[in-house]
Amino acid sequence: MPASRPLIPSGLTLLNWFLRGWTALVFVFLYAPIAVLVVFSFNSSRLNIVWESFTFTWYERLAANTPLIRAAKNSLIVATATTILSVVIGTAGAWLLHRYRFRFSRAIQTLVAIPMVMPEILLGISLLIMFVTIGLNLGFASVIIGHVTFSFPFVLVAVQARLQGLDSSLEEAALDLGATPLKAFWLVIVPSLRPAIMAGGLMAFTLSMDELIVTVFVKSAASATLPVKVFDMARVGLNPMLNALSAIFIVATVAFVLFSEYLKKLSR
Amino acid sequence: MADTDRPMIELRGVTKRFGGFTAVNRVSLTVKAGEFLTLLGPSGCGKTTLLRLLAGFEMPDEGMVLLDGEDVSHVPPYRRSVNQVFQSYALFPHLTVRENVGFGLRMQQVPVAEASDRIVAALRMVSLVEQADKYPHQMSGGQRQRVALARAIVPRPKVLLLDEPLSALDAKLRHGMQLELKRLQRKLGMTFVFVTHDQEEALTMSDRIAVINKGRIEQLGNASEIYHRPRTAFTADFIGQANLLESSVVGRNGTTARVRLETGLELVIARAELPDAASKALVSIRPEKIHISRAPVTAENVFQARIEEEIFQGATDSLQLVTDQGTRLHALVANESATQEAFHEGDTVYCSLHLDDLVIVQAE
Repeated sequence: MPASRPLIPSGLTLLNWFLRGWTALVFVFLYAPIAVLVVFSFNSSRLNIVWESFTFTWYERLAANTPLIRAAKNSLIVATATTILSVVIGTAGAWLLHRYRFRFSRAIQTLVAIPMVMPEILLGISLLIMFVTIGLNLGFASVIIGHVTFSFPFVLVAVQARLQGLDSSLEEAALDLGATPLKAFWLVIVPSLRPAIMAGGLMAFTLSMDELIVTVFVKSAASATLPVKVFDMARVGLNPMLNALSAIFIVATVAFVLFSEYLKKLSR
Repeated sequence: MADTDRPMIELRGVTKRFGGFTAVNRVSLTVKAGEFLTLLGPSGCGKTTLLRLLAGFEMPDEGMVLLDGEDVSHVPPYRRSVNQVFQSYALFPHLTVRENVGFGLRMQQVPVAEASDRIVAALRMVSLVEQADKYPHQMSGGQRQRVALARAIVPRPKVLLLDEPLSALDAKLRHGMQLELKRLQRKLGMTFVFVTHDQEEALTMSDRIAVINKGRIEQLGNASEIYHRPRTAFTADFIGQANLLESSVVGRNGTTARVRLETGLELVIARAELPDAASKALVSIRPEKIHISRAPVTAENVFQARIEEEIFQGATDSLQLVTDQGTRLHALVANESATQEAFHEGDTVYCSLHLDDLVIVQAE
């Protein structure tokens, strides 16, 4: 398409330019801070405002920072466990709520959705009180339980939406052809839900990776996750090492999103 | 029909309720091995529930379901040798045609080599061998329907259930599939139970038809019996079209009886139609059984009528008649040739009715 051809009829050229400008502005606001952050991760100055010269120092220092590396490992462990548990609980829960009618099923449906909107600080405090009451020592288990609490409803909701659009005869067809209810679920229902399960799982992973407030309440020193560590460091003072860390995170996130888009295309 | 009269399905006083609603009400029915039985009725009459009771998706509240002599009333669907073709086809979207058709064999743990042969044989039967590696969403409605059919027959069930499988197809394709299904059923010698609300479909394919209304079997018989000798007003009206006329009995002599319609028109009917004590009778007349001519005729039940409305319908002419006494009748006349002198609105004609074409039915 020739660049000169207006997108909107010529009488509206002014509006057209205004809209283009507006769009550009939105993108600047969205991405300029990120761009600055990445650029300054290669700055040899300690200050995040003056450009001195190009360096990899911060990345090297980052690689040598054992506590940060450990926190990153913790985050990956917690996020992976949270994703797996959320997918299992969320999918099974969505299926049970969809397939069977039982007492209080509507109430359960509503109660399950609440952790998604509950203030995290409330969730953190209540979880901490509960762990203390039942005598669970804070550690990985407590962090993972905390993360699953607010993550699995996202899987459940995504899967439920997909179930609503699913032909209810599919399960019956599987039973009819000799599959037990468990086999029908595993061989027919789960594969039909794959896109929703993947989307929900991705959501759970992302939520868990950058969760801060709940984690602060239920972590132990050994199970502190990356956001907790970063927050602690930032309180002392901004450090270009954090820029480097963020840049790595951004690259990983973009790669992750591209990969999931690729998977979506494959499954079609 | 099969060479044996062995009962394949037996329902004994089966009742199914949903809350306060009785969907199936004390139904007893026997289907012979190799028979093509159609459950015909309007939506909500209980025909689908009856099918689901046979498949095992519902369990009866009362009564018994026997499959090949074995009580399966409370056997789950995955342990019954019964397969179903679903109205929505219910093909597994993530599996290829081959995998869909092979699903039942996989569940039965049939050896791979044998399974593969049987899948190909089934696909050949529905002429879909070339499409074996496609996914359901890449196929047309008619093709999906045939995949569903192949998937259901490949495990060699004792009974094949079909839940309005043709309703999503267009008219031409539907008619072709009706004949195809009938041919397939004869070839396999398999017992088919077919559910439909389409009377034409039922008449075309079935060995016997069970007319279902309000959870009960209204009438059971072959297509001709159901059409020509309906027992109830519901059957007469639901299958084909019928003029239903209330009358009172005014006399009996020998093999005939006289009835008088509310308008005063008197008709002669076969006496055998009428219970001895009856003083009232509901007469059912098929529209195509009313013979119409311009000239006076000598026959039974001759009366004059005026054509109030004439609608050209291609093969037939649909006429609304009003007799001299004021009885309204719907008649169908074959359009035999384009040059033939047609009937027109306002014409006065002679109508005649053969004794055998007046059927007395039970009111609802």
